[in-house]
Amino acid sequence: METGTSRVKRGMAEMQKGGVIMDVMNAEQAKVAEAAGATAVMALERVPSDIRAAGGVARMADPTIVEEVMKVVSIPVMAKARIGHYVEAKVLESLGVDYLDESEVLTPADEVFHIDKRDFTVPFVCGAKDLGEALRRISEGASMIRTKGEPGTGNIVEAVRHMRLINSQIRKVQNMSKDELYAEAKNLGVAYDLLLEVHEAGKLPVVNFAAGGVATPADAALMMHLGADGVFVGSGIFKSENPEKFARAIVEATTHYTDYKLIAEVSKNLGTPMKGIEISKLSAAERMSDRGW
Amino acid sequence: MKVGVLALQGAVSEHIRSIELAGAEGVAVKHSEQLEELDGLIIPGGESTTIGKLMRKYGFIEAIRAFSAQGKPVFGTCAGLIVMAKEIEGEEEAHLGLMDMKVSRNAFGRQRESFETDLDVKGLQEPLRAVFIRAPLITEVGENVDILSTYNDEIVAARQGNLLVSSFHPELTDDYSLHTYFTEMIKTTQAAVQ
Repeated sequence: METGTSRVKRGMAEMQKGGVIMDVMNAEQAKVAEAAGATAVMALERVPSDIRAAGGVARMADPTIVEEVMKVVSIPVMAKARIGHYVEAKVLESLGVDYLDESEVLTPADEVFHIDKRDFTVPFVCGAKDLGEALRRISEGASMIRTKGEPGTGNIVEAVRHMRLINSQIRKVQNMSKDELYAEAKNLGVAYDLLLEVHEAGKLPVVNFAAGGVATPADAALMMHLGADGVFVGSGIFKSENPEKFARAIVEATTHYTDYKLIAEVSKNLGTPMKGIEISKLSAAERMSDRGW
Repeated sequence: MKVGVLALQGAVSEHIRSIELAGAEGVAVKHSEQLEELDGLIIPGGESTTIGKLMRKYGFIEAIRAFSAQGKPVFGTCAGLIVMAKEIEGEEEAHLGLMDMKVSRNAFGRQRESFETDLDVKGLQEPLRAVFIRAPLITEVGENVDILSTYNDEIVAARQGNLLVSSFHPELTDDYSLHTYFTEMIKTTQAAVQ
């Protein structure tokens, strides 16, 4: 009997496919998310848009919030640790969290090294803007990838950019001859063996979700259309006018992402979505997607 | 032979790959009308609360019950096992309620307790590499249910006529022997109909 194997960790992410993972800040929101059909919840002290508004250093959530959420739902509970913050991750693992997110939404604790994720029984999800980043995180032991997007903006444009870029880079690698892969591994800054896997399979060796800017059912469906395995919704649900309705509608639009009539139906009378931010209005320091490498 | 994989949420492509290795044609099922053209149905792993909710919303509860009542085989893994059970511990309502068994969700604990192990399964020649992910257990079975496998004396795979369930994930390895077993069940029912 073996726990924490790569099959068990990656398999857990595979069970989330076609699903919606929702940010929640307390037990009550966690129950709303579960009742709406979320496949997991991310327990946080503040959603990304509040982190933006508050400024300062954003850290791991208070363990009380994480425990409170774990107590009230039967679906998996995820939590975020700062990039490179080994101890925050170990603390969350000790609480029994089901999945860890080494997240650029929080202020990075290390500007050079990410967490050695192989040193954990609990699996990790990490953000990526391109194929190089995705494969570096997988080398470090990430069992699931998500686009970084631009969290807390309610603006889908960055998530679209990242998903399109990763997929076009995968197609390029897939069509390379084997002798070209060595130079490409050097260009991307990734391990050759991992790149060879991508070349042969035509996809990442782990599931790839969309995150960072999903605010409406149509946004979620767009990311599925672009090849995402599922979606994370951060501020989009509990910063909308009617979280319950938004949550249910996003779940249904994700499952039936090619059924446009259905998406129209679930999008009716939802109320106001979260207020968005135009990306060009953000200064370089405010861009979370530039955190990590 | 056409086998559907219920594609509302969960590990759909893995089951399609395994059932195709076992020699059947695999189809992702998103609409209940698709059941008409199928010889068998797999309900995959995923989150049972999500899958159950979407099954209700899109008319799959009655459709799958009718499908099974025709004697057509249904195979549920992990969350699929949960939604097929007559009774779910701690929950008032079952989903499909097809199989005469009581199940306990997340019976091994949280993700850190998830594991893989070699398992003997009745009807298979070789032990199977079984992957358990926040897996359920079968805590009680009716007398028509045949226990196919146990782990630490707890029931982890069973069959009742045309219904097959496992609390582990046979679709996460390259071993497709349990999928072959399921295709044999389909062949037997087809032969009986003729």
